[in-house]
Amino acid sequence: MKKHTLSVMVENEPGVLSRVSGLFSGRGFNIYSLNVAPTLEKGVSLMTIVAEGDDQIIEQIVKQLRKLVPTIKVKDLTEMKSVEREMVLIKVNAEDSKRAEILRIVDIFRCKVVDVSTDELTIEVTGDQGKIGALVSLLGRFGIKEIARTGNVAMQRSMQIDL
Amino acid sequence: MKLTGAQMLLKCLEKEGVEVMFGFPGGAVIDIYDEIPNSSVEHILVRHEQGAIHAADGYARATGRVGVCLVTSGPGATNTVTGIATAYMDSIPVVILTGQVPRALIGNDAFQEVDIVGITRPCTKHNYLVQDIEDLAATVKQAFYLARSGRPGPVLVDLPKDVMQQVAEFNYPDSVQMRSYNPTSKPHVGQVRKVMKLLKKARKPLIYSGGGVITSGSHADLTWLARNLRIPVTSTLMGLGAFPGDDPLFLGMLGMHGTFAANMAVNNCDLLLAVGARFDDRVTGKVDTFAPNATIIHIDVDPTSIQKNVSVHVPLVADCKAALAALRTESEASLDDTEWAADHKEWVDQVQAWGAEHPLTYKDDDVVIKPQYVVEKIYEITKGDAIIATEVGQNQMWAAQFYKYTKPNTLLTSGGLGTMGYGFPAAMGAQRAFPDKLVIDIAGDGSIQMCIQEMMTVVCNKLPVKIVILNNGYLGMVRQWQELFYRKNYCETCLDAQPDFVKLAEAYGAAGFLVTEKKDVESTLREAFALDKPVIVDIRVAREENVYPMVPAGASLTEMLLV
Repeated sequence: MKKHTLSVMVENEPGVLSRVSGLFSGRGFNIYSLNVAPTLEKGVSLMTIVAEGDDQIIEQIVKQLRKLVPTIKVKDLTEMKSVEREMVLIKVNAEDSKRAEILRIVDIFRCKVVDVSTDELTIEVTGDQGKIGALVSLLGRFGIKEIARTGNVAMQRSMQIDL
Repeated sequence: MKLTGAQMLLKCLEKEGVEVMFGFPGGAVIDIYDEIPNSSVEHILVRHEQGAIHAADGYARATGRVGVCLVTSGPGATNTVTGIATAYMDSIPVVILTGQVPRALIGNDAFQEVDIVGITRPCTKHNYLVQDIEDLAATVKQAFYLARSGRPGPVLVDLPKDVMQQVAEFNYPDSVQMRSYNPTSKPHVGQVRKVMKLLKKARKPLIYSGGGVITSGSHADLTWLARNLRIPVTSTLMGLGAFPGDDPLFLGMLGMHGTFAANMAVNNCDLLLAVGARFDDRVTGKVDTFAPNATIIHIDVDPTSIQKNVSVHVPLVADCKAALAALRTESEASLDDTEWAADHKEWVDQVQAWGAEHPLTYKDDDVVIKPQYVVEKIYEITKGDAIIATEVGQNQMWAAQFYKYTKPNTLLTSGGLGTMGYGFPAAMGAQRAFPDKLVIDIAGDGSIQMCIQEMMTVVCNKLPVKIVILNNGYLGMVRQWQELFYRKNYCETCLDAQPDFVKLAEAYGAAGFLVTEKKDVESTLREAFALDKPVIVDIRVAREENVYPMVPAGASLTEMLLV
C-alpha cells in the first residue's frame, strides 16, 4: 500500500465533488486527503487527492476518475517529479515556561505564529509531509489542542530531470 | 421560435428521433403531459414506473436505439432506480426524464421531492438537474449523446416543474462538444498487430465474447473472424446471439452455469481473446485459476474494465466494432499465408470432443414436465426466430442454455444486476418496437409477479407479449443453492400459495392457459403463440429441478457439478 498524489482537473459543475467522493466510497477506495479549488480557467477546478492502494487499485482509481464525465484530466504525480505542499494550523498549549522553546521551534521550521493568547499559540506551517510530520511530533509533547489541515496541493515540476 | 420548457423537451425528443416513450404522469410533469398530444412522440402509459424503465431498456436492447422513459418527481423517480441500475450494469442506452419540484422548493422537503440526481449518481453514466430553460436543449442533446456513445448507459435528466413552464427561444444544437468526454473508439494500430501476431502463434485460441459485441453491432466481424481463423467461441449471458448458437464452433455459455466444453476450453486454451466482456465473477469463478495457461487479450471500450478483475497481457481499448474490423482487415491478408484451419484442427477437435462428452442435457421424464423441455420446445416452435426476454433465476439460465440464439438483440435479460421482474416489461418494450415479431418472456412463478401489473399495459396497447411461466412453486435458484449448500433448509423459498394465472390473465383481458401434462406442452405453446393478444401460459414443471452444470461460487471453472 502506497500513497499516491493525484491531480484531477474537473468541470466545476454542481455535484462534481460528490461524484468523485462517491466513486471512492462506492468502490471501497481509500482517500487520505482531498483538496479542491477553482483554477484560472473559467469553470475548471483542480482537485488534489491523496489516495492509498496497491498498484492495481491506484490504476483503477485513475481510470475510474477519468471515466467520470466531468473529468478533464487526471495525473498521477507520484509517477513524476512534483512539488507537494500542505498548510496546517496548529493550536498548541504554551504556558509561560514552554513558550520560548515553542517559539524556537517555530523559528527553526520557518513557521508563523498567527494567533496568541495567555496559554496558547496558533502556528501556521507550510511544507511537505516530512516537514509537517516532524513539526507535529515535536509540538506533540506540549499538547496540541486543535489541528486543521488543508490536505496536499501538488504540481508537476517544470523540469522532469533526475538531480 | 419561443417555446415553453415542456414544448422544448418534446421538440428535443423529436429531434433525437424518439418515436415512443414509456411513462407515468404526476404533479411535477403535468406540463409535459399537457404537450404530449401535440407531439409526434407516442407515450405508453405503464402501471408502475419500474415497468416504464424496464420497457425503455427492453426497447433499447431489441433495437439498439436509445430507450426513453418519463416519470414524475419523488416516488415516480425512485421507482425507476432498480431499472436504472439494471441498464447501468448491462450498459444499455436509456434516457430517464424525471419531474422535479419547482426550483424554489428544492431542498425544502417539498411534497414529492427527492434528490434523484443524488440517488442515481452511482448507477447512471451521468445525470443532470436542469437549472434553467436556457440549458435545456443542450442538456437533452448531451444526455442522448452520452447514453449511446462510448460504453453506453443510462442518463437521467431531472426537470423542475417551473423550468418546464419557462419560455425561451428554441435552438437545438447540431453537435455536442464536451472537453471532458472523448471516448476512445479507434484501436491502437500497434496493439492490433500485436494481437494478430499472438493469434498466429496460438494453437489453442478461444474467443470469449460479451455484450459489447452486441452493443457495438460487431457480430458480423466476430463471426467472420471465428469462422475464417477457425477459433471456437464461448459467450457470456449478455453476448448470446452475437455468434450463431447453432454453429459447430460455438461452445455455449461459460462460467457458473456454462457448458462443460466452454469451461474446459477456458481452462486449457493458450490464448483467450476477450471481446466486449468484463470478467464478471459469475464468469471467472475463482480468479486465480481462470484461464491459467492463456495469454489474455482484452478488447473493451471502457478502460476501467481492463485489469479490473483479471490481469490481462494485451489490452486493446477501442469500440469492439472498430477493433474487430481492424483485426479482420489484418487477418484477411493472412488467409493465404497462414494455415488457420490446420493450425487449430487438433484444438477444435478437442473442444468438440468435450462438447460430445458432456453436452448440455437433463434427465427427461415421461410424466413430469421438465423446464428444459419447455425451453427446447419454444426453440423448436419458433425456429429461433423470436425475441426472448427472461426473468432472473433458473428460468433465465434454462432460457440461456436450451434456446439457441442465432441473431444479436434477440435475448433480453438482466445479466449484471439480476433483476427479477425485468423480463415482462422488457418484452413489452421490445414488442412495441417490433409489433409483428413473436416476443416471449420466459418467466418463473416468482419473478413474473414482480411486475405483473403491466398486464394491463400490454392488453390496452395491443402488445401481444407471450409469457411462459416455468412454474415450479419455488424461488427456484435460491432453493437450488439451499439444497446444495444450505442443508436443504428451504427457508422462505416455497411459493405454494399462488394466484390462478389463467384467471389473472383473463381478468386483465389477456388469454390464459394451464399446462399440467407433458403431452400438452407443445400444442398449447403453438396455440398460445398463434394468438394475436397477450397470453400467459402457466406450465407446471418439475418442482426441484436444478440448473447444471454448476460451478459453486468461488470455485474454479473446472469444478463443475454435472447432471
